[in-house]
Amino acid sequence: MRDEVISVSPDNLVAAVAKLKVEGYRFVTLTCMQADEGTVVILYHFDKDLVLKHLRVHVPADDPLPSITPVYFAAFLVENEIQDLFGLRFSGLTVDYERTLYLDGEVKVTPFCRYTVAKMQSDEAKSLPASVDSNGTGES
Amino acid sequence: MLKTVIPFGPQHPVLPEPLHLKLTVEEEVITEAIPALGFVHRGLELLAHSRDFHQVTQVVERVCGICSMIHAMCYCQGIEAIMEIEAPPRAKFLRTIWSEVHRIQSHLLWLGLFADSFGFESLFMQLWKIREKILDLNEATTGNRIIVSVNVIGGVRRDLNPEQISWMLAELAQVELEINRLGSTLLTDYTVKKRTAGKGVITKAQAFELGLVGPTLRASGVCQDMRMLGYAAFDQIDFEPAVETEGDCYARSKVRYREVLQSIGLIRQALSRIAPGEIRTKVKGRPEGETVCRVEQPRGELLYYIKADGTKNLERLRIRTPTFANIPALLRILPGMWLSDVPVAVLSIDPCISCTER
Amino acid sequence: MFKMTPNVLRNLFFPKATRRYPREVRPSFENVRGALLNDIEKCTFCSACALKCPSQCIAVDKKTATWSYDPFACVFCGVCVEICPAASLNQKNEYRRPVVERESILLKGEPRQKIEKSS
Repeated sequence: MRDEVISVSPDNLVAAVAKLKVEGYRFVTLTCMQADEGTVVILYHFDKDLVLKHLRVHVPADDPLPSITPVYFAAFLVENEIQDLFGLRFSGLTVDYERTLYLDGEVKVTPFCRYTVAKMQSDEAKSLPASVDSNGTGES
Repeated sequence: MLKTVIPFGPQHPVLPEPLHLKLTVEEEVITEAIPALGFVHRGLELLAHSRDFHQVTQVVERVCGICSMIHAMCYCQGIEAIMEIEAPPRAKFLRTIWSEVHRIQSHLLWLGLFADSFGFESLFMQLWKIREKILDLNEATTGNRIIVSVNVIGGVRRDLNPEQISWMLAELAQVELEINRLGSTLLTDYTVKKRTAGKGVITKAQAFELGLVGPTLRASGVCQDMRMLGYAAFDQIDFEPAVETEGDCYARSKVRYREVLQSIGLIRQALSRIAPGEIRTKVKGRPEGETVCRVEQPRGELLYYIKADGTKNLERLRIRTPTFANIPALLRILPGMWLSDVPVAVLSIDPCISCTER
Repeated sequence: MFKMTPNVLRNLFFPKATRRYPREVRPSFENVRGALLNDIEKCTFCSACALKCPSQCIAVDKKTATWSYDPFACVFCGVCVEICPAASLNQKNEYRRPVVERESILLKGEPRQKIEKSS
């Protein structure tokens, strides 16, 4: 790849992203791929004056990753999509669809990862955020 | 004050594609909006794993039904960057010409829907009548009206001979004349301005922070257009992005109207500077490597991340379409609006949901 | 105020913009990619079209010399026409007409005889 790719660990991820925001980078998107069994690789793409910069993170698929929505609000949509398709959970997501963005509530398999079956966070009883519930009905 | 929850969509006369918004309303003023997607998710990124990398061109064209040629162009450019092949200069000019024709056609579709969203149906029909001329242009030169299938890895499949070029220029002159006639209605009519000016304002700082792209971003004053990167033949023709500063629905429609006229000018420039030569380079072998490729779709910045590992199937194809980046804007502009302005505001970001959900 | 009126008056006095389809049909342009046809006499059953088709709608059997094609899965992209080495596949310039029943097309030709090489 011709652009710059920086490797970060899950612990310094939010700090690195916040630093890029202060430098004036625009958030573009996230790309998620499966690396080996049980690990996923996420690429974060940022843009400033038409030059791209990427951050690469290796994450075990079972561990939750800190979400960057407190820094860049627009990331909520793509992080929810990754939750649906790859089964990776994000902690601290401001608008969380709980894996119902594309899939139905009872679907447990992850379409992109052939190896894992997703664990729902509601297996340990917790309350849903007030504005979204998993059925998409009007009650909150 | 009681809160009511009103579902907007998925079927709505104003939307070209299904999008569901859960609107919480208090006395006609929106307090919250949550989008729900997933109505046209076809899993095309996963399909790219089971087709070989030449066949993926046809898969990728069908991500969107309005801007399909530009998806194929971005994919072919990405694979050409990985395999280090250069498309011949004539092919680059032809790609530019057809992508600008696509842009005109997409913006005319949007302008028509926009007029329809506040009930101005006769303007909607007049704009789509002009759009039919552009679709005839596509059909005569490439073989099909919208999913034109002219891009291949290494170049294009069809050529333009001199009679076709002079016919294109004559048709474009007609189109320009008719658009200029409708311009005064679209931009200065009293009712159009009353329904759109001052509604759904996004400031420059908000637009940048939300990661917006395309005409939605340029209408808020940020001058960013992926055509400035100089892909295809854009580095050989003069191009300036169309920028407005107010950030409301009226500014967005003005940006798109100006882009239609600008695209006609760009096509004329490209046709006058087109280089002679062949249209396709031979492709041998299989791609290996990864790359990120960006082009400017009518709705904004399109990003392709392609990773290939030397076999005939790709390892990962990731598509980030512009409407995906513009939907978070809805959560910020809809609260505070009247319920009757919601269709106009939602349509002003140009939602192409089949692109968003691939 | 009367911005749209010139347009309305022009539409009143100029000919119609619509055509009375299906009684009047516009002739097709030349390069249009329409229905796919196979000239079975020239076909060598090499299966190149079946391998390259993006929607996988062609099936070729060399032993029994059959070429079968599902016209409802076909997207009329024209890739098979471009790579056919025997130039037996071609496309008409009119689209397929709507039909009442789904059917697939099966064409049978002569199996190619192996040419004996003289040593």
